[in-house]
Amino acid sequence: MTIFYLIVIALAIIFAAARGLLGPTASDRIVALDSLTTITTAGLVLLAFVFQRYIYVDVSLVYGVLSFIGVLTLARYMEGGL
Amino acid sequence: MSILTYLGYAMVTVGVLFLFLGALGIFRMPDVYNRLQAGTKATTLGALGTIIGVGLLQPEWFWKTLIIAIFIAISNPISSHALARGSYKIGIKPITKEDDMDAYAGVKIEDEEK
Repeated sequence: MTIFYLIVIALAIIFAAARGLLGPTASDRIVALDSLTTITTAGLVLLAFVFQRYIYVDVSLVYGVLSFIGVLTLARYMEGGL
Repeated sequence: MSILTYLGYAMVTVGVLFLFLGALGIFRMPDVYNRLQAGTKATTLGALGTIIGVGLLQPEWFWKTLIIAIFIAISNPISSHALARGSYKIGIKPITKEDDMDAYAGVKIEDEEK
């Protein structure tokens, strides 16, 4: 059952990363990066359940905070306010 | 197999499917703003379902997964708003049938520093 979840998350990461690689403008790439960080946060919690490691939940929490700050910084840099 | 286990597996299944649909929407949609809709709303719902579902499957992890879910529910609209505002300010036009459908065109965006 869990291998189905991991395969679907891998397909989602492949589609979002493809849009990040071949997006026409820089805004497309940052949107794809924002979606990739959210998918990775959920995927880390799911990996913590699959491997039964509680420490991965802490890793997911720190990753969520840092990716939010990173995407916000990229958006401000893109509009020229930084 | 208690009722929490079935509920957790159902929520993780729905959440993973919504994550996949959000990524597919990012790949298929024609415009920056359409991609922003698909890529932040569907992905937020999918992440909330997956994380709270794992918290229901492991009940001693529930409070920390609830903290992560609340943080995602707060922070994802903020980054979506910042991305849409930045995309508009650098001059990316949305794809419409008529070109005068820009309802935000008359509004003047003032800078923060005067």
